[in-house]
Amino acid sequence: MTGFFTKAGDYLPILMDGVFLTLIVTFFSVILSTVLGFVWAIMMWSRIPVLAGISRTFITVIRGIPIIVQLFYIYFVMPEVGLNLTAVQAGIIGLGIAYSAYQAENFRAGIEAIDRGQIEAAHSIGMTDSLVMRRVIMPQAVRIVLPPFGNTIIMMLKDSSLVSTITVAELTRQGQLIAASTFDNMTVFTLVAFIYLALSLPLTFLTRHLERRYSQS
Amino acid sequence: MISVQDIYKSFGSLEVIKGVSFDVAKGEVVCIIGPSGSGKSTILRCINGLETYNRGAITIEGAKVDPEDRSIVDIRTQVSMVFQRFNLFPHRTALENVMEGPIFVKGVKRSEARDQAVELLEKVGLAGKFDTRPGQLSGGQQQRVAIARALAMRPKAILFDEPTSALDPELVGEVLSVMRDVASEGMTMVVVTHEMGFAKAVADRVLFLESGTIVEQGSPDEVLRNPQHPRTQDFLHRVIHPMD
Repeated sequence: MTGFFTKAGDYLPILMDGVFLTLIVTFFSVILSTVLGFVWAIMMWSRIPVLAGISRTFITVIRGIPIIVQLFYIYFVMPEVGLNLTAVQAGIIGLGIAYSAYQAENFRAGIEAIDRGQIEAAHSIGMTDSLVMRRVIMPQAVRIVLPPFGNTIIMMLKDSSLVSTITVAELTRQGQLIAASTFDNMTVFTLVAFIYLALSLPLTFLTRHLERRYSQS
Repeated sequence: MISVQDIYKSFGSLEVIKGVSFDVAKGEVVCIIGPSGSGKSTILRCINGLETYNRGAITIEGAKVDPEDRSIVDIRTQVSMVFQRFNLFPHRTALENVMEGPIFVKGVKRSEARDQAVELLEKVGLAGKFDTRPGQLSGGQQQRVAIARALAMRPKAILFDEPTSALDPELVGEVLSVMRDVASEGMTMVVVTHEMGFAKAVADRVLFLESGTIVEQGSPDEVLRNPQHPRTQDFLHRVIHPMD
């Protein structure tokens, strides 16, 4: 057991470099997926056939392709058409786009849960669509969307490990590198697993806390 | 003030309004009665631009009601609507429900909107319920908040879409009496209703609608006490003596 802690002390600084990149990739891809997901959801809600059609097609395509393949596509294929991205950029964009499809479904469910009558009432007092969205739909949709949104963030944190496949030296990748050079798989991957768990637990608690707060009000 | 000229409206292949025309003068109270599915509510929804219509024209003080045009927002600030199922905003208090339109649509100052909302809620008999959310109010109270919300826009007319149909019988009276007060202050009102007592007492004119056309219209005395058309007679008989 003392051996574990000694070796863990050696590996941790290297793994922490990986943690930093894991957090960077997760943070920015969450933002990208949220913004994009919201755009897809609004396009579907707009009931303008062209916009709704584009949005639905995009979501269907994205959900039908493994995230890892999307990452390969962005990192390895895009340079051939002249779009050169760093591995981190490609990772953020890839994860962000892939998860925007799931975020869109979360948001859509939240928006559609709002009773149509309220929206008509808001229109009947002269609210424009954007005002209806801001004053009537959003405040109520937030509490519906929050639990699935929290789960999505936790999934994105874990799935950020997929960007290791396009050479981003995040936590999983750093672990692989140490394990390959030391053959100490047990210590390394135990540490990696615990670090992911330690990162996701605060998110889990935060989500639960917010859920409770919103369900009371 | 409100002019409905030869309106036609279909949902798919089902034609629900077949050439309806009527005018509502300023300060007039018009009740629309008729069996369900006759197109009563649809006409109201067309006037408020919540539904499109296929042919004809609806104008409010000369301005055409076109749900697909930006002008509809302006028209809706002049004509408010009260719904069968109240449609209050459940995440806001009674006071906030009433303040919402003036503040965010008309740009009234918050303090001013608040004073007005307090006054309106007192007027509809809800002085103690300012900070209560709709979920904690009875149906009758919710509908009175909805009427206050409509009044808060200082509209030129209010459309009532079966405002008491979703209420328990003992709560109907409180809503009707508020509506009677609003009418007595000279508000232009179009009321779709099954409350014949209200129509008799408050309406200046009654329209009997069936299968998307106006079968008979006139003063409450003419239409309700002495209907000429057999279909009006039959409808009124069934409303007044449902067990026969």
